[in-house]
Amino acid sequence: MRLRLILSETFGGLRRNATMAASVVLVTFVSMLFVGSALLAQQQVTLIEEDIASQVEVDVYLCGEVDTTLVANCAGGGVTDEQESVITDVLENGVVSDYVVDIVRVSREEFYALLLDHDTIGVIASSSAEDFGPVLRIQLTDPSYFAYIEDAVGGLDGVADVTDQADAFAALFAVLRVLTIGSIALAAVMLLTAVLLITTTIRLSALSRRRETTIMRMVGASTFVIQLPFMLEGAIAAVLGALLAVVVIYAGVVMVVEEWMRDLVTWVDYISAPDVLMIAPWILLAAVLLAALTSFATLRRYTRA
Amino acid sequence: MITIDRVSKTYAAGHQPALDDVSIQIDRGDFVFLVGSSGSGKSTLLKLMLREERPSRGDVFVAGRHVNKIPNWRVPGLRRDIGAVFQDFRLLPGKTVFDNVAFALEVIGKRRHDINTSVPEILELVGLEGKERRYPHELSGGEQQRVAVARAFVNRPPILLCDEPTGNLDPVTSVGIMRLLDRINKTGTTVVMATHDDEIVNQMRKRVIELRGGELIRDQVDGTYVREADE
Ligand SMILES: Nc1ncnc2c1ncn2[C@@H]1O[C@H](COP(=O)(O)OP(=O)(O)O)[C@@H](O)[C@H]1O
Ligand SMILES: [Mg+2]
Repeated sequence: MRLRLILSETFGGLRRNATMAASVVLVTFVSMLFVGSALLAQQQVTLIEEDIASQVEVDVYLCGEVDTTLVANCAGGGVTDEQESVITDVLENGVVSDYVVDIVRVSREEFYALLLDHDTIGVIASSSAEDFGPVLRIQLTDPSYFAYIEDAVGGLDGVADVTDQADAFAALFAVLRVLTIGSIALAAVMLLTAVLLITTTIRLSALSRRRETTIMRMVGASTFVIQLPFMLEGAIAAVLGALLAVVVIYAGVVMVVEEWMRDLVTWVDYISAPDVLMIAPWILLAAVLLAALTSFATLRRYTRA
Repeated sequence: MITIDRVSKTYAAGHQPALDDVSIQIDRGDFVFLVGSSGSGKSTLLKLMLREERPSRGDVFVAGRHVNKIPNWRVPGLRRDIGAVFQDFRLLPGKTVFDNVAFALEVIGKRRHDINTSVPEILELVGLEGKERRYPHELSGGEQQRVAVARAFVNRPPILLCDEPTGNLDPVTSVGIMRLLDRINKTGTTVVMATHDDEIVNQMRKRVIELRGGELIRDQVDGTYVREADE
């Protein structure tokens, strides 16, 4: 039976070239480790971005006594009730109201209390709640709409300042993105290494079995029957390596992310073990394709008719 | 069965052609010696028939196929119609006699059941019954070549090509191999044998085609062969 022959050739090959098979397993393991980590890093960054995006708000600072001389809109002194109702009306019923999910009003007293809490040098304590205006904390459907809010209310009387909390996170995102791109680049280099090593390995394997393949060609075996054992050899070794990579990544996520980082930094969502299982089939597929395509390209030159 | 039509083969541009405008017609059931000194183009001619090489000019027809024109995927089919035997036996050292012969059938997808009947049959035909489980290194040169012949013929191809099959054997053993090839030829198989062993050629009295420097210089029924002095 042909299947049995092909399998016995395949496993015979793996046994005879155990060292080569081991090197393919290891190089696939390492490169898939990088590929998997890069994928997860990407997911984690996306999670953090979404998480922060859903939390960041736009703060509209209304005028307090302290702003009178500093801000043009506050020339008339602290914000009046009429001014505030105009501002609130723009936010709740104006064109920008579609982007606004929620408005929380922080009164001057609450705001003053917050400032006092964070005051370490006593400059706040020497002032009073009247010096500050109330704050409107606006949650947007999407933080990128900040500019619309700023346009809509930034020029109104009684508005001292409009700030975007997302600005504070921009640097963090930039760093995360660079790290992600770095991990992808590293994964690409590892993949290239894997391709080169698998090429060399398959070539050596084909050369070491020249005698068999010569006889097979001579007696009229099809190219498929001649090449398939080599491809399967590469694919099996690659799958083993990829499985190893999945196991290690899984263990890594459980131990590093779930057991350690989750308690260390609590304010972000984390990827979890099931996410690893989601990418596992892709890692396996990538490994099989890597090995199959590499051996296909290599074998065309070494066992052709 | 085999037609070589005005074939030339040049391996590398600027070099002497290995074959120069050679035409040969070989019919079904023929036994043909291909003679000539080393380098005269005998192996090249056999390789063209096996589609191991392609002619630079001219056409090769074997077993109803236009050999130099068929696509690569049809080459295995051609080779199933040709048994090939070489000077160096080309056996697999890790396989027994039985498995060496069975291998040729396995790789072309024959059923285990058929293999188990045809391998013992062919081993009996070549005179190796009782040695099925020996390994090549446990056999004499003549016996190893019989295994190679068995492997080439187990699929009962209509054509058997032999490239100096007795080149590594002593004269007595060679005679045994020649008897075997003669017996195979008597079953209707076309046999083409390249050799520069004049004794064998003169004993057998078959058709002789002689090459010299890639040119066909003689095609003679019942021929003999006188080796050139430089050999
Ligand atoms: N693969 C090859 N590449 C280049 N030259 C070759 C090759 N094979 C054979 N030749 C040359 O072709 C000529 C004929 O060789 P060959 O057919 O092997 O002769 P024979 O079998 O009669 O000894 C020789 O000159 C040889 O050197
Ligand atoms: Mg030769």
